[in-house]
Amino acid sequence: MLRSFRSPARNRRKVLELTLRSITNSLQQGEFAEELSRRAGFLQDLDPRVKVVVALEFLISVSLSRDPWVIVAIYALALGLALPSSISPGLLLGRVWLFMPFFTIPLAIPALFLTPGPPQIELPFGWIITRSGMTAALFLLLRVSASLTWSLLLIYTTSWNMVLSALSSLYLPEAFALILGMTYRYVNLLLRAAGDMLMSRESRVVGQLSRADGRRLMAAAAGALLEKSLKLSGDVYLAMQSRGYHGPMTSVRRFEMQAKDWATALTLSLLAAICVWIGR
Amino acid sequence: MHIPDGYLSPASSLVMAILVLPFWAAGMRRMRGNMNARNVPLVAMLAAFSFVIMLFNVPLPGGTSGHAVGAALAGIILGPEIATIAISIALIIQALFFGDGGILAIGANCFNIAVVVPYVAVVVYRLIGSTTPLSSPRRLIGAAAGGWLGLTLAALLTGIEFGLQPVLFHAADGTPLYAPYPLAIAVPAMVLPHALVASVVEGLLTALVVAYLQRSNIEVLATAEGAALAQEAVRPRRFTALWVVLIVLAVASPLGLLAPGTAWGEWGTAELTARGFQSVPAGLQQLSGLWGAPLSSYNIPALGNTNLGYIVSAAVGVLLAALLTWLFTQLVASKGRRRGDG
Repeated sequence: MLRSFRSPARNRRKVLELTLRSITNSLQQGEFAEELSRRAGFLQDLDPRVKVVVALEFLISVSLSRDPWVIVAIYALALGLALPSSISPGLLLGRVWLFMPFFTIPLAIPALFLTPGPPQIELPFGWIITRSGMTAALFLLLRVSASLTWSLLLIYTTSWNMVLSALSSLYLPEAFALILGMTYRYVNLLLRAAGDMLMSRESRVVGQLSRADGRRLMAAAAGALLEKSLKLSGDVYLAMQSRGYHGPMTSVRRFEMQAKDWATALTLSLLAAICVWIGR
Repeated sequence: MHIPDGYLSPASSLVMAILVLPFWAAGMRRMRGNMNARNVPLVAMLAAFSFVIMLFNVPLPGGTSGHAVGAALAGIILGPEIATIAISIALIIQALFFGDGGILAIGANCFNIAVVVPYVAVVVYRLIGSTTPLSSPRRLIGAAAGGWLGLTLAALLTGIEFGLQPVLFHAADGTPLYAPYPLAIAVPAMVLPHALVASVVEGLLTALVVAYLQRSNIEVLATAEGAALAQEAVRPRRFTALWVVLIVLAVASPLGLLAPGTAWGEWGTAELTARGFQSVPAGLQQLSGLWGAPLSSYNIPALGNTNLGYIVSAAVGVLLAALLTWLFTQLVASKGRRRGDG
């Protein structure tokens, strides 16, 4: 949410470009995840309920563990499961460690010096890295990277509508599941609408936009998008009514667990429990 | 300000998830009340709108820029209850499908962003502008102030959540297991950048969009205003807010353990001996074992966790007090009815 402090001149034109880039990245991410989830692979073929539950179990294991080696093992397991699922572990590592430098690493570095404890490394100018600081920073980096890897593994091996169906089967209220599903569809629609709006504006900008013009432009785009959203919601409601909608929908998709689903669920759940026990 | 997994302990994530549940329930109840099928696509569309708005880069005077959340705007347009649902949906989609924000931290992110921001923004907006015409500039001030204050308070709450982690969850040698900075560092580190940049963006965008709607589509504001007035007219007297406050206080009760020492004068025989008393008064010794409280010292040894013992004790205390009060009122009311019948 907080942006870098670029020079004002560079910022003026960049406002549109930065927003367009964010929108494009979001669309590409969504399409990329869908494409990976359609590939043939070990995890892709599993019942989505198994994947959702197992991912949650390992997220909880990572969160509960007080042993960094257990977290490393859980991290390695995620990378190991990616291999037979047509997903390169390098992709997962790259995606996670692309995010880390912007948020987690800058947050972890001061902990090296600020966490009280016995000194471990003495640097010039009186800077002292403490042992507790190193451990605290390590825990933070490991937990965030391992958790994010498991989240991405779920996203990359399960299409969004399967995740929603799995959540519905796991007692997520139907109204919530319905709204989540509709929202995901309309996120793509509004992203394209916003992208088109800003692209058409960008293509008509000659020279530099003042910061005040940039703010007005963003506000006008947001306002227009809001109006479009409200109108679209009315159109969607009429379409739903004309098709006989009278309440939350029941999914026709029925999942049936196969032997491999049970075997995988039991094995991975047992592993998660062992990790919690060892890491307590 | 989306909290990734790994920053909060599982207990903190669970507590925040429990805290957000009543607000979700209130939002779903409001949607069913007004609604029916109409609000389903409306909430979905506004959740999608909020998602997209979070990608907008808004330049600020002075060379910086930032991203708004859109939660304040959603609160003003939809009302805070339904806005909570819409923003929560956007945050859940970001966490589940885009890996932005933790999955275990969904409760915390939803409480901080989807509850605090719209509720605070709407209170401030209505305080400043509700008595003025829809096209009044005071409403813009209300929108800007509401957006700024809402997001700043959300940042404060996030800083407190981070700052409590090393105090409550650490290894035997004191090493923090989650977010590593104490309150004195975490709170200013979260509040200052948000108050100076992100909250300004939120307030600015909220005010500018309200201004746009005042010029181009004032019916949207009129509909929002009408819905708010209708809600006020039919709202039955509820104690939901009171219960929420009580739950928050119960959950926060372990904070009292941070204070060193014991309350003056509330000493048992063991504590008197430890304080250097050569002998304990006979009467005190005799009576000290008279009553064995079931939740002695607000602790439940079987739980193995003092903090959890405090929270359970607080919950039991609140429920007992509520039960006794209810019984008392039933007794008084039935006596009043008998006197009236007689």
